[in-house]
Amino acid sequence: MRGGLLRSRAVEGARQQKSVVLILARELAANVATPIFLIDKDGTLVFYNEPAEAIVGQPFAQVGEMPVADWGASMQPEDEEGNRLSRRTIPPGVAFLEQRAAHQEIFITGADGVRRGIEITAFPLFAKADEFAGAICIFWEHGAREAPPQEAR
Amino acid sequence: MRARIWGCRGSLAAPGPETVRYGGNTSCVEVRLDDGTAIVLDAGTGIRPLGLQLDREGVKVVHLLLSHLHMDHLQGLGFFRPIYDAGVELHVWGPPSTVQSLQDRIGAYLSPPLFPVSLSEIPSKLFFHDAPDEPWTIGSATVLAVTVAHQGPTLGYRIEEAGRSLAYIPDHEPSIGVDLRSLGVDWLSGHEVARDADVLIHDAQYSEEEYPEHVGWGHSSIEHVVTFAQLAKVKRLLLFHHDPHHSDAELDALCVRARELWPGSEERLHVGAEGMEIDLSKLSLIDL
Repeated sequence: MRGGLLRSRAVEGARQQKSVVLILARELAANVATPIFLIDKDGTLVFYNEPAEAIVGQPFAQVGEMPVADWGASMQPEDEEGNRLSRRTIPPGVAFLEQRAAHQEIFITGADGVRRGIEITAFPLFAKADEFAGAICIFWEHGAREAPPQEAR
Repeated sequence: MRARIWGCRGSLAAPGPETVRYGGNTSCVEVRLDDGTAIVLDAGTGIRPLGLQLDREGVKVVHLLLSHLHMDHLQGLGFFRPIYDAGVELHVWGPPSTVQSLQDRIGAYLSPPLFPVSLSEIPSKLFFHDAPDEPWTIGSATVLAVTVAHQGPTLGYRIEEAGRSLAYIPDHEPSIGVDLRSLGVDWLSGHEVARDADVLIHDAQYSEEEYPEHVGWGHSSIEHVVTFAQLAKVKRLLLFHHDPHHSDAELDALCVRARELWPGSEERLHVGAEGMEIDLSKLSLIDL
C-alpha cells in the first residue's frame, strides 16, 4: 500500500514547507509581546519576533534566517562575571542539541553594542512523539547592564 | 480522475429550504481514479447517500481519507452502507496521534452510548492506517497527507493521477493575526498540499465581517481562502465547508465577494455544491 518515494509534483514540493508546528509557533511569536526565537530542526534560526529585535539589535527582516552557529556567536553569551559561555550549553543549544528543556540567566551584547542580562527558557518542539521539529526560545530581559570591569573578566 | 461532492457544509448538517441549492450535508467528496479505485474524502453526513451509490455499484474496496476526527467529518461513517457488507474492505486513513490509535479514536464515537453499534460488530473488513509522512500510492494515484493549521491534528490531502492534482483542505485557518502575503510560502500552512493544484477544495467558512469573531476557531475567511489559492497558484478553487448559518443567498454573495478579491476568476472560482462533479482530466465542472 505504501509506495516509497514517487516522483511527482507532490514529492518535489515536499519538505519545502516548514513544519506546521513551527508555523503555529511563529504565529504565536508574531502576536505576543514576549521576545521569542524559533530554531528549526536543522539548527537554523528561522524567525524572531519584533520584541526580540530589541535584544538582537536588528530587525529580523534585515537579518533573515541564519545558521545557529552564526547567531550564537553574534550574541556573545557570557555569565555575570563576563566569562564566555559555549553556545552548546546555553538553553537554545541544549534544546536543539539535547532536545530537552533548559533555563538560564545569561548576558549578551547585541548588534547595537548594549550588554543585557536576560533569562532564556528554551524547549524542543516535537511534531509527533519522535519527530523533532525545532525549538522555541523565550527571552526575559532584565534590562541593560554594564559590563564588569575588564580586570574582573 | 473525477470528483463528486456529496457534502460541503461545515460544522453541522443544515438541511432546509434555505440550503437546497448548495446542500446541507457535511463534508464528503468521492474521488474515482482512472483505474476505478474509490477514494472518499471525509465521512460527514454526505457519505450516507454515497454509500448507497457504492452499494448499488457493488464496489468492494474503499479508501476513506479522514482530514480529522471532528464530528462533522466522521458522523456519517456509521450510516455508510458498505461497512455492513462482509465482502467490503474499508481502509481508513487519518491523522496520527501521540496518545491513541486511529481505531481507538474512531471507536470512541462508533460505540455505545454515542452509537448503537461498536466497531467490533461491523461486518466489513476494516483497516486503520496512520497517514504516512511521505507520499504513498492508492490504486493509480499518489497521495500526500500534510498536517495543516486547524484545531487538533488535521491533514490536508493531495491526490495526483495522470498529471492532474486535487488538493483537499476542508478545515484550515492558514494564518492567525499574520498577513498571509507577508509570509514566504514555506511558512504557509497547506502550501505543500495546494501548490499548483489543478483543483483546490478549501475551507471558506466565514465572511470577512464574521471572521473577527471567530479568530482561532480553525477556519478561513473568504479573503484567506482567495489569498491562499492565489499564493498556491491553483488553477481552480472550490469554496467548501460552508457555515451552517449561511443560506444559499448568502453563499451567492460570498462568491461575488471572492471573485471581487480575485479579478478574472469567474471561470476558476466556484462555490462547492452537493452533486457538483469535477472531471480533472478535462478540468471541467459538470452538473453544476
